[in-house]
Amino acid sequence: MKKRIVALLMCTAMVTSMVVGCGSGNSDSSSDASSSDDSAATTEDSGEAKDIADCTFAIVPKSAGNPFNEAEAKGFQEAIEAAGAECIVSYPEQATADAQITVLQSLISQGVDSISVAANDENALQATLQQAMDAGIKVSCFDSKTNADSRQVFVNQADTELIGQTLMDAVYDITGGEGQWAILSATSQAANQNAWIEAMQNVMEGDEKYANLELVDIVYGDDEPQPSTEQTQALLQNYPDLKLICAPTTVGINAAAKVLQDQKSDVKITGLGMPSEMEAYVGEDNVCPYFYLWNPIDLGELAAYTAMALVSGDITGAAGDTFDAGDMENSPYTVVDASDGGTEIILGEPFEFNPDNIAEWADVF
Amino acid sequence: MKQKSVLKQITKSREFSLVIVLIVLCIVATILNPSFISPTNIAQIFRNNALTMVMSVGMLCVLLTGGIDISVASILAFSGMIVGMLLKYKVLENTFLLFVLGCVIGIVCGLLNGLIISKGNVAPIISTMGFMYIWRGLAYVISNNQWASGADVVGYSDFGADGAAGPYIIIAVVFIAGFIVLKWTKAGRKIYAVGSNAEAARVSGINVDAVLIYTYVIMGFLSGLCGALSVSIYASAQPNMQYGLEMDIIASCVIGGVSMSGGRGSVVGTFLGALILALITRALPLVGIDAIAQNMVKGILILAVVVLNVVTQRMMDRANLERREM
Repeated sequence: MKKRIVALLMCTAMVTSMVVGCGSGNSDSSSDASSSDDSAATTEDSGEAKDIADCTFAIVPKSAGNPFNEAEAKGFQEAIEAAGAECIVSYPEQATADAQITVLQSLISQGVDSISVAANDENALQATLQQAMDAGIKVSCFDSKTNADSRQVFVNQADTELIGQTLMDAVYDITGGEGQWAILSATSQAANQNAWIEAMQNVMEGDEKYANLELVDIVYGDDEPQPSTEQTQALLQNYPDLKLICAPTTVGINAAAKVLQDQKSDVKITGLGMPSEMEAYVGEDNVCPYFYLWNPIDLGELAAYTAMALVSGDITGAAGDTFDAGDMENSPYTVVDASDGGTEIILGEPFEFNPDNIAEWADVF
Repeated sequence: MKQKSVLKQITKSREFSLVIVLIVLCIVATILNPSFISPTNIAQIFRNNALTMVMSVGMLCVLLTGGIDISVASILAFSGMIVGMLLKYKVLENTFLLFVLGCVIGIVCGLLNGLIISKGNVAPIISTMGFMYIWRGLAYVISNNQWASGADVVGYSDFGADGAAGPYIIIAVVFIAGFIVLKWTKAGRKIYAVGSNAEAARVSGINVDAVLIYTYVIMGFLSGLCGALSVSIYASAQPNMQYGLEMDIIASCVIGGVSMSGGRGSVVGTFLGALILALITRALPLVGIDAIAQNMVKGILILAVVVLNVVTQRMMDRANLERREM
């Protein structure tokens, strides 16, 4: 027993020293430990200009096996590699905060220069990400944010209020401004979806225009096809007068569209979805008149430029900082204050996919 | 006199208490939401739970031998993902051939399980746990971060579409075949014999290893079949598809009175168990239970049904014992 405790302590000590060691050597980068030793003396600590090409940038998406996350990682990787730097894409085993912590800790011990993470939980990553920042690693979030203390800046796909407004406008337009509608979300804890749903509710309460719209239910399909299918069927059964389902999640909108099409229902669907998956359901007389999303490749690309700007010292993550993002549409981008007390960079407006452009985008992502 | 004994037999059988539970559930759900008993709703219950139902027949066989298979949802994902990717990249688009392929993949997976458990003498939960990770992991590797859905599976998804007969035919065929095999064939009776007392079965000349192998092959076959079926029903193949389904399948068997220690259980009981679980899952959102509380209520109901079932079983055993003493 004693031996075991000693062994455990030694292991802990070893890991700690590795983490600390990598952290200090990491101010000037590269996973190659030997080269960092001699250059450590010449380069000053954090904030100073560095040669991007010598740096290692890591991206931690929400989970593996999801084409949306894959597209984000692809955009990120291409931008990083175009700058001549090294890119590490580390998918967590599952879409949970625990799995991300494991991945993050391994990245910290590898001594990367920057971590961009799409958080599976707003608060759970705080200790790990602060450890990373203490070790001199630049931490930014994209897609799904952490709390303000765990990041330097958040790359937001679109302003939360704007998404709420856009989706409410779609609901208003498709229903003709009156009648029953429902929301099919991901899991009940999903930070993104909850924020958007809240934004939609705020929009609805804040304007008399929406007074004739009745939000009858919010159901959760857990971002899996089977529960999403079942919840959609239950909605149709419980509310025979339902006119529209709004699903602000890619799995949900796809599963619900399939149910509506199978049942030849008059109920319409809109929300946020992937064009390649929604192509079969979009059309004038089809179940989905139009839906929204942003380009995940662009989001990944912007996350990459943000990470590079942080590492090179062009920005610190404070509001008012501006930086160039290559040939991206809205470049240069400006860091602005976020509603949670931190700062963020906004990619742009949600993009509408309709019968006219769906075929073209379905080939892209 | 004879009629009375038949009646007595029915009311004393274990399945009878399940039928009562089923009827009570239906009545309660219908009172709370009159649309529950409608034909569309019943049809959707079977379609939505086709996978659980079909695979519970295989799980019944595995549990009868005293084993367990927790790799089934992973085999399903592996076979489903292969089918999905073949469709996505337009390699193979014939619905029938894709189903056959799904079954063959399942059989191979099941054979590996059976060989390791029987010849390698590895505990079933360990062997199938290993394969649970392997097949699920392979499903991710094959998918290469892509999904097959929507336009990719148009045509193929007609087989399992809402209103199509496909899923219902598969459920019916599997249960009828399972009933016949387990009740009236040598192969089926051997499964019971091995599960009741493996040593006695061996002494009486049954090749226990062979029985174990074909039991896991049956389970694998049904899992592979359900992989293909799942892609057709949900028009979607994702590597995380049906994650955790093995628990629903085992729950169906347990609710249906199948013993976890082997040798005891029936196809009829399993069917009723799967149906009860399906009704519970379906009824919860319809009777207005909050979405976030549904899993908790589902768990409570499962436990309640199982406890009820065990109590009935004990009363039956006592009654049998008393009769013998007289």
